[in-house]
Amino acid sequence: MIEQYLPILILIVASLIFAAIALLAPWYLGPRNPIETKLDTYESGKLPYGDARRQVPIHYYKVAMLFIVFDIEVVFLYPWAILLRDLRMYGLLIMSVFFALLVLGLVYEWMKGALEWN
Amino acid sequence: MGIELPSLNFGALLPVIIVILTSVMVLIFDLALSDKRPLGWISFVGLMFAGGAGWIQQSMEGFDPAFQNMAITDGYTHFFNLIFVVGAGLSVLVALGYLGKKGLQGGEYYAMLLLATSGMMIMAAGTDLMIIFLGLELMSISLYVLAAINRYSRASLEAGIKYFLLGAFASAFFLYGIALIYGASGSTNLNGIGEGLKAVPKGYEALPLFGLGLLIIGFSFKIAAVPFHWWTPDVYHGAPTSVTAFMSVGAKAAGFAALIRVLTVSFGFDGSMFADNWHVAVATLAVLTMTLGNLTALAQNDVKRMLAYSSIAHAGYVLVGVVTGTEQGISAALFYLMAYAFMNIGAFAVISVLEQQDAIGTNLEEYAGLAGHHRVLAMLMAIFMLSLMGFPMLGGFWGKVYVFLAAIEAGWIVLAIIAVLNSGIAAYYYLRVIVHMYMSPVSDQSHAINLNSAMQVALGLAAFGTILLGVMPARIMDLAASSGLFG
Repeated sequence: MIEQYLPILILIVASLIFAAIALLAPWYLGPRNPIETKLDTYESGKLPYGDARRQVPIHYYKVAMLFIVFDIEVVFLYPWAILLRDLRMYGLLIMSVFFALLVLGLVYEWMKGALEWN
Repeated sequence: MGIELPSLNFGALLPVIIVILTSVMVLIFDLALSDKRPLGWISFVGLMFAGGAGWIQQSMEGFDPAFQNMAITDGYTHFFNLIFVVGAGLSVLVALGYLGKKGLQGGEYYAMLLLATSGMMIMAAGTDLMIIFLGLELMSISLYVLAAINRYSRASLEAGIKYFLLGAFASAFFLYGIALIYGASGSTNLNGIGEGLKAVPKGYEALPLFGLGLLIIGFSFKIAAVPFHWWTPDVYHGAPTSVTAFMSVGAKAAGFAALIRVLTVSFGFDGSMFADNWHVAVATLAVLTMTLGNLTALAQNDVKRMLAYSSIAHAGYVLVGVVTGTEQGISAALFYLMAYAFMNIGAFAVISVLEQQDAIGTNLEEYAGLAGHHRVLAMLMAIFMLSLMGFPMLGGFWGKVYVFLAAIEAGWIVLAIIAVLNSGIAAYYYLRVIVHMYMSPVSDQSHAINLNSAMQVALGLAAFGTILLGVMPARIMDLAASSGLFG
């Protein structure tokens, strides 16, 4: 029974070795010239200010959460769109139920003012 | 390219669908209405429709598997749906009477309550561990929110966070158990697991056995069995009383629904070492749960906390019925859960009437001389306490009788004796409430008792159910016995 899992063990060992090489080789081979700008926090070209560990307005969390919910739900539309012809009327009906719930969710958060930014 | 479209059999899950649609409706109406009380009534009507749909299903012949053997609506599912509809319906009525006083009236409350109910129904109907897990999460996440819904109260927030952390922990146990059992049997379907385990060669039972243990731990958290009960007192005490009433009945019944189905369908086959092992494990849990729950309840001076420990003890009694694994024992456990739904929600309803502010007004001292203030309320509380205690001619009595008899007939004599001794111990703390209400001098604090119509209906129905189950238990017992889990 357990022998079946030998390839997985080999895969784990191989990936560990590869990761170790990928991490250690640049450290050994690469030139190092640390200057202040290089060591600074990378902020897409903006000058960083303050500590990263500070309070963030809760709006960010709310928007991020709403985004992820709708993002993941909309992903379900892709496979459905590809197979729309094969799924026929049945697929359309099932998907419209799903979509109706999704839209109701959007209406709810909109009316509740979750999309306002102030 | 042709795709074979699966036949899903939506009709089999009609009660669940009705409950979910009602919850969506509540959320939408919440936007339009400024007075939130109609939302509670919408929820109540929706639950009644779900119960009616279940009733119609029950009268139809044959139990159809639905969603490609992921769920089934057999008599067992129907019976649990009935418990959930009773529990949720009474809780909605209690909430209608209670939330206004606390300024918590809102659409989210009822929507979450309905979603939790649908999760419970899915747990009872699920015949696949993944679906049971889905139902478990739907129920749990809604209950975490409900426990913390009084966001101006520290106790309520603490209850929500504690419940969330320990519940997430329990879910992890449960998932790990599913993974191990899948690894051993090659299936997540309950029947498939049973078949797969028969093929497990001798000497390789450790993996599924460990998985089974993890599953039992996961369920034990949900039904609050000792030693996985630590969250219970704080959560039950901190959460708004109407929420406590709901989760002490609904979540417990749902946990038992899935636990019993998993144990009997997947691990119940005769002559297997799995059956022997879980019988012993569940018997141990039952003894610990009854004894510790009762002994700790003796020391409580807060009625809400006392009932939290008492609910732990009651989970122990139900476990006694589960241990037997016989049709009689399981039916007794189902009957017990039904009786518990009525009497426990009734008791919490009385507490919620007397409660004045956050976590104040649940102290036993404040019940002194209640019979003088408000005779009807004291009488109702006495009925619920006596029923919880197991006083003859009330629902709780027959629950205990059936469970203990089933244990004796299945040969668990010692377990039955421990259970009887425990219900003797329990009499002390239930009677103490009655003594305080009837025999203590009237306290100085006079309660401004505000009984609105919803609360009156809730109290009336709970008392009616408790007495009805006590006067004519055979009818419900027949329903529980024909639950069909044993074909």
